Amino acid sequence: MSLLTAVVVWLITLAISIPFVTRTWWMPEAITDIGRLIDESFMVTLAITGFIFVVAQVALGYTVWKYGRKSDGSADYTHGNNKLEILWTAAASVIFVGLTLTGFSVWAETRFIDRRSMEPSEGRLMIEVTGQQFVWNMRYPGEDNQFGPTDINLIDDAAGNPVGLDRDGPGGADDIMVPEMRVPVNREVELALKSKDVLHNFFVPELRIKLDTVPGLVGTLRFKADKEGKYEIVCSELCGLGHYKMRSFLYVVSEEEYDAWMEEQASYLF
Amino acid sequence: MTEVQVSEEVAEYTEVHRHPEPKSFIWKYIFSVDHKVIGIQYLMLAVAAVFVGMFLSLLVRLRLVWPEESIPLLGQLFPIGAPDGVMTPEFYLAMLTMHGTIMVFMVLTTAPQGGFGNYFLPIQIGAADMAFPRLNMLSFWSTFVSFMLLLAAFFVEGGAPWSGWTGYPPLSAVPEATVQGFGQDLWVASIAVFCIASLLGALNFIVTTLDLRAKGLTMFRMPLTCWTWFVTAILGLLAFGVLLAAGVLLLMDRNVGTSFFVPGGLVISDKQIDHSGGSPILWQHLFWFFGHPEVYIAILPGMGVTSHILSTFARKTVFGYKAMVYAVLAIGFLGFVVWGHHMFVSGMSPYSAFVFSILTMCIGVPSAIKTFNWIGTMWGGKIRFTSPMLFSIGFVSLFVTGGISGIFLGQPTIDLFFHDTYFVVAHFHLIMGVAAIFGMFAGLIFWFPKMFGRMMDERLNKIHFWMTFVGVYAIFGPMHYLGMMPHPRRYAEITSVDYLEAMGAADLHLFITAAAILTILAQFLFLFNLIKSIFKGKECRDPNPWEATTLEWTISSPPPHDNFAGKVPHVYRGAYDFSLPGTKRDFAMQCNNDEAVFGSRPASSGD
Repeated sequence: MSLLTAVVVWLITLAISIPFVTRTWWMPEAITDIGRLIDESFMVTLAITGFIFVVAQVALGYTVWKYGRKSDGSADYTHGNNKLEILWTAAASVIFVGLTLTGFSVWAETRFIDRRSMEPSEGRLMIEVTGQQFVWNMRYPGEDNQFGPTDINLIDDAAGNPVGLDRDGPGGADDIMVPEMRVPVNREVELALKSKDVLHNFFVPELRIKLDTVPGLVGTLRFKADKEGKYEIVCSELCGLGHYKMRSFLYVVSEEEYDAWMEEQASYLF
Repeated sequence: MTEVQVSEEVAEYTEVHRHPEPKSFIWKYIFSVDHKVIGIQYLMLAVAAVFVGMFLSLLVRLRLVWPEESIPLLGQLFPIGAPDGVMTPEFYLAMLTMHGTIMVFMVLTTAPQGGFGNYFLPIQIGAADMAFPRLNMLSFWSTFVSFMLLLAAFFVEGGAPWSGWTGYPPLSAVPEATVQGFGQDLWVASIAVFCIASLLGALNFIVTTLDLRAKGLTMFRMPLTCWTWFVTAILGLLAFGVLLAAGVLLLMDRNVGTSFFVPGGLVISDKQIDHSGGSPILWQHLFWFFGHPEVYIAILPGMGVTSHILSTFARKTVFGYKAMVYAVLAIGFLGFVVWGHHMFVSGMSPYSAFVFSILTMCIGVPSAIKTFNWIGTMWGGKIRFTSPMLFSIGFVSLFVTGGISGIFLGQPTIDLFFHDTYFVVAHFHLIMGVAAIFGMFAGLIFWFPKMFGRMMDERLNKIHFWMTFVGVYAIFGPMHYLGMMPHPRRYAEITSVDYLEAMGAADLHLFITAAAILTILAQFLFLFNLIKSIFKGKECRDPNPWEATTLEWTISSPPPHDNFAGKVPHVYRGAYDFSLPGTKRDFAMQCNNDEAVFGSRPASSGD
């Protein structure tokens, strides 16, 4: 029984670890600098916790095997060892707190964005994202680089105005509303995240960032994608019966392609 | 046989406190004030609840592998939720919500504390009953009412709620968001009643531990089980009050037009919702201020049971007893200041993530201490492979595995990727779900002879252990890989996300569902063994079949109505004196003085 228990614990440990080493199921490739930094934190954490995981399970199995065999004599009588207690307390503190401290600068870069207005800033592409059951609405400020005003009384899904945009208000005439997101490669993008109804969560795995869209609040996320492609936006906060199909796409395209697309969208307006 | 020593003043106290044994069936077994009967009532409620919760998880697993296919019998069982045997997405979400709620509240909170704690805390500290027996009865019956309210949600119009066990508003607060009504109200009401029941129970446990300990039983001589029940009660006292308040506010938002959790300007299907000024994030703060301590409410008693059983069957005293006590206290304290790690991506201030993250990682320290000490307890021992011992070893393994993934999720940057994916599902099921349940299996088999005067079938127990141990790893191990893809939680199907199909999420889901079905079958083996053993198990006349040291093993099985048959135990030593050098037997019971332990040799240390 002692050997069986040890071997099962060891085999389970091996089975869980292997796919993490062979990367059978793995994160999609990151397409931002921030994303790659997050991957680095992940790899450091994986290495350290993987080591602790394997050592702890092997030690557990070994102890059970070694002291579970039939033997003469009685068990040891000891109340513990204070030196050892202090040693592993200190080691655990340094490792665990150290890990999280190393990730803080990345967190600050992703999330410490002090924006209280919707004013677009120099060279940065602003997109307003509004979640609703069960679609994403993207709004671009248009050629004037200014978002038009919205009015809750103008909201009309059937008429194609899901956010209540006032086309007659200042800067509202050229705002572009689309269900998918298109951004130029290597351009800094800032998202203003909103919700019309319940909580949703804007998540693009390749960007490595997610944030809840909360009704009544404006959340901000920033990213600069450096690889062209088509990526999925998946809702990651339970939002109702259609949660699983609340999906959209992020297209990262070349400047030229983006400009052409913009022009095409603008041409539909008038 | 062990001597039971009586001290006069304590005897007098007990005399005052004693309530006569009731004669009629109703007062003896139904509205009983006897902590042992109430403990068993809690356990029976938990067993009923765990099988309901498990059935719901089976439906969830089936829907994930056969989203569009008709499943036999389901159409007849659930004509609305699964017309023609095909489960609707909202039915899937309702099953998932009810699975989580039933498991967390009715199983993980009731059995370890209300069940085992109720039965064995008074006996292990040498008391005749809990401090407030009537309050104890009220706790159980409130819990029962709460369970009935929750089950009623299945049968009302619109069916069970589908806003998740976390019940985040506005989804849970605004009926228009789910096209659903009374089920959600019943859910909130059930939780509110449960909170009251748990508050009463917590008070009772704290007073009992502090006031009713036998003479000689100092706090640092208590079995670690008593320490964990005590700390769990303190957590319950501080956490359930907050959830109760939150529940009442949510009920008011839903029914009397207040706006605590619902902001203005909501528009659902082009209809403006008449609310203004509330904050959905406020609910999350209140919920997780309860929700995180709740994790420890579920698992601390399991840690106590594991320490107790590892020591007993390794025939060795607990390694670093005091370190274990301090670790439990540290986990209890830290448990209250880390709730924000559930909210890294909720939209709360990103600055607070630093504080919550550092404090969260600090919990790894006492957890590591406990793991080291569990291994240290077995190191140098003479292990007896009983099934309670196997479940305790399993607990340590699961605790390590489930704890390790927490190190990823406690870092806000890594949580950006893993939040709300199956990685989280794997993490909390391993540590809060199955590790805690392994603690319950260990405790149940260990104390079964004391509770029923019979032994459980050891061979069936072992088959059950191996199937369950391998089974739960086969279920929750692969969920980490789903999290890597990353597979978002609470998706009724994967057909709408291209990368999930491309990466083979369907195959992993199929594997997990198969493992879940096998593991569920093993639980019926356990149920069969439990029922058979209660009525037909091998009789156990020996009051101490495991050769353990604590007070419950000094009295007959099952114990008499007042536990110690009119006598009052006196405690002379710590809880885990195994393999003392110079003794004939390899264990010294807590009520044995040195003379009884060492024979004629004069006592070296006086008490």
